Amino acid sequence: MLQRLLSDNFIPTADAGVGALAVSGLSVAYHQRLVLRDVTWTAPAQGLVAVVGPNGAGKSTFLKAVLGLVPSLTGTIEVYGRPLKRQRALIGYVPQRESVDWDFPVSALDVVTMGRYGLIGWGRRIGAKHKQAAMQALDRVGMADFAHRQIGQLSGGQQQRVFLARALAQEARLYFMDEPLAGVDAATEQTILAVLRELDAEGRTVICVHHDLQTVAETFDHVLMLSGGLVAAGPVREALTEENLRRAYGQRASGLLLGPR
Amino acid sequence: MDMVGHNTLVVLLGATALGLAAGMVGCFMVLRRRALVSDALSHATLPGIVAAFLTGMALGVEGRSLPLLLTGAAISGAIAVMTIQAIKRWTRLTEDAAIGAVLSVFFGAGVVLLSVVQELPAANAAGLKGFIFGQTAAMRTGEAVGLGALALLAASMVWLFFKEFRLLAFDEGFARAAGWPTGRIDLALMALVTLVTVVGLQTVGLVLIIALLITPAATARFWTDDLARMLVIAGTVGAVSGGVGALLSSRFADLPAGAIIVLVATTLFFISLVVAPSRGLLGRSLRRARLRRALLAGELAP
Repeated sequence: MLQRLLSDNFIPTADAGVGALAVSGLSVAYHQRLVLRDVTWTAPAQGLVAVVGPNGAGKSTFLKAVLGLVPSLTGTIEVYGRPLKRQRALIGYVPQRESVDWDFPVSALDVVTMGRYGLIGWGRRIGAKHKQAAMQALDRVGMADFAHRQIGQLSGGQQQRVFLARALAQEARLYFMDEPLAGVDAATEQTILAVLRELDAEGRTVICVHHDLQTVAETFDHVLMLSGGLVAAGPVREALTEENLRRAYGQRASGLLLGPR
Repeated sequence: MDMVGHNTLVVLLGATALGLAAGMVGCFMVLRRRALVSDALSHATLPGIVAAFLTGMALGVEGRSLPLLLTGAAISGAIAVMTIQAIKRWTRLTEDAAIGAVLSVFFGAGVVLLSVVQELPAANAAGLKGFIFGQTAAMRTGEAVGLGALALLAASMVWLFFKEFRLLAFDEGFARAAGWPTGRIDLALMALVTLVTVVGLQTVGLVLIIALLITPAATARFWTDDLARMLVIAGTVGAVSGGVGALLSSRFADLPAGAIIVLVATTLFFISLVVAPSRGLLGRSLRRARLRRALLAGELAP
């Protein structure tokens, strides 16, 4: 089934005039509380996108609702001009590191191979070709030497790189990443950023939830600022203004961008 | 071999196949933290068994028809699991509260129904009690063969969909984002647990089948950090427990098979807890002692 989806929906280039991702009228509620109200946004044709906003602003929720992992009240999601449901094969995902049990009995290579499962298909064994692709993905994030290590024995930064490698193994066109740079060491940060820029240069779309406002400008090209709804979106220079920050973060915003640097 | 009759041999092989399947399926229950769901499932089979017995009597079918009883068991067990899911989904109760409520209500209903059956003049409810603690002695050859085949079916399904189950158990969110029908994979897994539970009812009994699902998996986890190996070890521990338990219970007529099977599995668990090299207590304290010596000798840099 997944293979059929793949062949039907593969879109060779992103310049067909339709955005990689178009979100319209997305609203999400947890129990009785509205978390996101009426978000309409189209991903830019090029450049890394940071989803920013204060804690509890609905950044992760936005990502999960777009992916259909949490139910949304209203809204439609289109990926390259078609409903997301039919375009899953084009999507790569890096969840938050805390979302899984790192004591799980699998190796780094096992986890990265999971990115190939969609290409392998139901009930089939994992062939040498796919293992090789997974190894290449691990190599790309500098983790080839740790391929056979159980994931619990890796450092936080290494675990994050394994998650990124799994997404690379998916060979997706549109990537969603939930805090890929949270709590990682400097070397890992450099590796991840280099990979993100490569993905962008290859014409893939990368949308990252990012919590550190001070590094947004140097790392990302666009921002999507959320706080219970859309506050601002656009190129970093235009959207990441003091005024928008005040609207998203309240009075705490003063000095958020200046910081100790 | 002349000490073991043909029927006993078949029952023994059936119990071995049951242990194999329970050990393998149980790995995913342990890793998905679903151990208690399977406990609720097995306890909830009791009202189904008794209701099926009553239905059989009313329809004039022979009361202790195993396929009928096990169908009833599977139906009420499945209803219990669905009730737990529904409570979790539609209320703000947590899973453990839902499990506690469902398990006790279903088991209580079963006990009440059972006492009703015992009041009936024509009914012989003695056979039904065997399902609570397990009783291999009464098992017929044909039944044992059928149950063994079902257990092997469950084991081979786990092997066939190993990749999908592993993905679901490790990272459900990623699986859903990538387009896998996680709901259906989860349903398949629960169906396999139900199958193993129902197959094990007569051998191990509904009170103890949880131990055969969980103990081999927990035992295997001590020995390996690789899920495929964990399945092999858990299947082996389960199979050995099933086989040895059924054998001992056939040699000493008063010993209930279920209890022996569980005791064998638990013995293997405790041995592993102590001596398993990487995760066992002994290995761990040896490594710490070595580390401490190295530290004191100044050979250890931070």
